[in-house]
Amino acid sequence: MMRFILPFVIFIILATFLFVGLNLNPREVPSPLVGKAAPAFSLPQLHTPNRQFSPLEMEGKVWLLNVWASWCVSCEAEHPLLIELARQNIVPIVGLDYKDKRQAALVWLERRGNPYVLTVSDVEGRTGIDYGVYGVPETYVIDKQGLIQYKQIGPVTTENLRDKILPLVAELEKK
Amino acid sequence: MRKYLLLLCFIPLFAYAGEAQDMAQDPVLEKRMVILAEELRCLVCQNESLASSHAELAEDLRREVRELMQKGMSDQEIKDYLVARYGDFVLYKPPVKGFTLLLWLGPFALLLGGLGVLVFQLRKRRKVVTETTLSPEAEARVTALLNDEKR
Repeated sequence: MMRFILPFVIFIILATFLFVGLNLNPREVPSPLVGKAAPAFSLPQLHTPNRQFSPLEMEGKVWLLNVWASWCVSCEAEHPLLIELARQNIVPIVGLDYKDKRQAALVWLERRGNPYVLTVSDVEGRTGIDYGVYGVPETYVIDKQGLIQYKQIGPVTTENLRDKILPLVAELEKK
Repeated sequence: MRKYLLLLCFIPLFAYAGEAQDMAQDPVLEKRMVILAEELRCLVCQNESLASSHAELAEDLRREVRELMQKGMSDQEIKDYLVARYGDFVLYKPPVKGFTLLLWLGPFALLLGGLGVLVFQLRKRRKVVTETTLSPEAEARVTALLNDEKR
């Protein structure tokens, strides 16, 4: 009897591991930045390049930092959701235009609508490195103390907006 | 005609192959960067090292590593710098700690398990195959049969 049970148990264990593995997304690397202060930067604004923006200006507010670019295809997928979110006026979204040409970015926003309270240009991608950006779009939820509370890698979807981001924003607002 | 052929021989003199710009600037530093980058993972194409990847982010990160080296940071400091941004995942050799213990010890545990099974099976087999002694008559018959076969 043992002859059959043992291989069967081993098979079940292995199959379980493989099955769970199938559903994991290797693209989603846990960010070490969650729970830490949002890295400081001072970058020119996209629409008014002579004015700088720094995350310190958002102190006392819960806000989203959305990394996007005009060359980024999946940014287009999430864009209507951001527009809708901005329309509802729940949380301010700051855009970070990552490694992009200014003109292309302006046209892109003109055509699709601008959900951002303001956008900064990270032409060389240095701020992106500080934020550990590796797959645009990425969205960070930053609390009133300036701590990163959540990082979304890849486009925001209706589901994770409803299940994760919005409840988190509401909770952080209360603090 | 021969004159022209001779002229053709000089054409390779105009051939020029230059090293990539970055290499030329500081070959020692570039070498150190490549050695370090081979231990780092490109986050865009996850099975490629930072040294071999052509992804734009990898290029930026190589530039970053180069600049940090120029600032005089040690290899370990640079690794810490990247881990602070991208997590342990950027390291091809993850550090030994609680969470990665399984990763480091797992193969040895499997090896030990395999050896255990092997020893167990061999012991069992020895028990199954027992030497039997033959009676003198049977022995004589065996010899006869074997000899018969030989002929």
